[in-house]
Amino acid sequence: MEPIKAFSGSVVALPINDIDTDQIIPARYLKVTDKAGLGAAAFTDWRYNADGSPKLEFPLNQEQYKGATVLVAGHNFGCGSSREHAPWALMGTGLKAVVSTYFADIFKGNALKNGLLPIVVDEDTQKQLISLSQEDPTTQVTIDLESQTLTLPDGRAVKFPVDPFSRYCLLNGVDQLGFLLNLDDETLAYEEKYPARVNTTA
Amino acid sequence: MSAQTLFEKVWNSHLVRPQTPDTPAVLYIDLHLVHEVTSPQAFTVLRERGLKVRRPDRTIGTMDHSTPTTPRGLDGLIPVTDVQAAAQLDVMTKNCQDFGIPLYKLGTENQGIVHVIGPEQGFTQPGMTIVCGDSHTSTHGAFGALAFGIGTSEVAHVLATQTLLQNQPQTMEVRVNGSLHSGVTAKDIILAIIAKIGVGGGTGYVLEYTGSAIRALSMEGRMTICNMSIEGGARAGMIAPDETTFQYVAGKPYAPKGADWDAAVANWRTLPTDEGATYDTLVELNADDLVPMITYGTNPGMGMKITDLVPDPDKLTDYSAKVALDKALTYMGLQPNQSLLGKKVDVVFIGSCTNSRIGDLREAAKFIEGRKVADGVRVMVVPGSQRVKAQAEAEGLDRIFREAGAEWREAGCSMCIAMNGDQLAPGQYAVSTSNRNFEGRQGKGGRTFLASPLTAAATAIAGVVTDPRTV
Ligand code: SF4
Repeated sequence: MEPIKAFSGSVVALPINDIDTDQIIPARYLKVTDKAGLGAAAFTDWRYNADGSPKLEFPLNQEQYKGATVLVAGHNFGCGSSREHAPWALMGTGLKAVVSTYFADIFKGNALKNGLLPIVVDEDTQKQLISLSQEDPTTQVTIDLESQTLTLPDGRAVKFPVDPFSRYCLLNGVDQLGFLLNLDDETLAYEEKYPARVNTTA
Repeated sequence: MSAQTLFEKVWNSHLVRPQTPDTPAVLYIDLHLVHEVTSPQAFTVLRERGLKVRRPDRTIGTMDHSTPTTPRGLDGLIPVTDVQAAAQLDVMTKNCQDFGIPLYKLGTENQGIVHVIGPEQGFTQPGMTIVCGDSHTSTHGAFGALAFGIGTSEVAHVLATQTLLQNQPQTMEVRVNGSLHSGVTAKDIILAIIAKIGVGGGTGYVLEYTGSAIRALSMEGRMTICNMSIEGGARAGMIAPDETTFQYVAGKPYAPKGADWDAAVANWRTLPTDEGATYDTLVELNADDLVPMITYGTNPGMGMKITDLVPDPDKLTDYSAKVALDKALTYMGLQPNQSLLGKKVDVVFIGSCTNSRIGDLREAAKFIEGRKVADGVRVMVVPGSQRVKAQAEAEGLDRIFREAGAEWREAGCSMCIAMNGDQLAPGQYAVSTSNRNFEGRQGKGGRTFLASPLTAAATAIAGVVTDPRTV
């Protein structure tokens, strides 16, 4: 995986609480066997009318938000299903970070494994970002994983938490599977100590 | 050793490596359940890196999410007409073949919803760690296992290493004392809990359900409760194993036998939370106060007593909560302060990993027996597995459903997730025994009221939302 660098980008707001993964990508798009092209299905039921025409009131369809790389959403973003198709779809639209006051656990883990940054901020910052984006779509923020800061246009830097291991992996392009594979000896030792509880092949 | 909770005991006994300030714990996984929708990209990772599945003998595959539940053809097979679904099922077959994983293929005797087959085969046992690329893996916590849903990257981790990197969650005790009135079920308990804590209330926690009302439940009722832990934001929910648990597991095909059984039970008896162990937080509910529950909105936290009125957004002080409720009521086509009782529905869905086990079907069938489904209502009964289906047929439940005018279908997730062609039409209303009422979950534009199998059965007969206690 490519190391994640600091970046600046404009912000699009979806100020709705509890946005679930069925909205991020509806289940009917999960009959795929790869990750490619899922961006087209992101928020599809919120984005398009029944006849396939775009809903112009939906921010992600608006010209002024084209190219936004940061999504700011209501509380508890990503609740519901474990589908990793959710971060794949969001990244497929060009997003690099999602900001909320808190994230559903599985979504957060999935996002971090793919380099989509789930950024937890306090409610005031969340509200400020929403109004900034709505008042001036060209507003840029800077996100730096190294220093764990999100910098607002007025220069205020807001610290955000990231679990140290995910941060380390993302900054250095380390892949977590490789890390686990290196623990083979310890896993073997565990397996010797604790015999199998079930044998599905029996 | 100091007093430990059930969760801590299972967690601690699965540490390949403890958590450090810099790295999450490395947790050993006893059982990995795999289905066709969230696994293909994980197998691709293994192929790209030339890796094997470390423990195919602790892995089991099934087909459930995108599989049709329509009748079998003359050849005895269930035809898959959706090209994309057929391709996905083929990939699943090939992946399991190539990597040596046992697979319950569509229509075969043990196939079914991943969270139904684990317990019914005896794969699911107390004290285990169980994962699956599916958020309702929390179901298996009913046995005193630590069971949670994972993403596809993690599916690859478990396939290749049988371990996972996890930060230790906090614990929440959900204590339900008292006893349920007639007509009130496990589904109503969990809908009431979620209405109380909200869809984000359990985020970061593993729940342990305790109290006399939980102890009094059957394993199926306990599974219904643990199943929906995720709808309260918790990745896992657990219930301490007891005689009810042991009786359920005993004799299942993959349960321990003979001396192994005795040793296993002796071990399982040490799992319940010790006297003096503490949880990070507590939520309490009294079962005596509960009545049948129903959801009115577009997440499982938007639930109420079936006798209550739909809440009024104008009475909410929190701005974002008000916006959310407004949006939900618009989508649902409901008015503030209206009663749902008497609301006409188009579809009743009895199924899903929440409520498709034999006990659920018996309960619904008992209610429906000798009655007729209301005109203009489509009633779908979808057993959770082929074994549940066979058992129900042996008991004549299929006949009861069919004679009442309901559809008796093949096993699978079906209209719970609406990936397989079983779906609501835009604007239709359904009472569903499944677990999610998100916008479009049961079909684009479809509107879902979540409720218990009893409420679903009563609604099927009346054709309108009905309190089962009044029939
Ligand atoms: S029945 Fe529904 S919730 Fe359960 S595994 Fe299938 S799709 Fe998921």
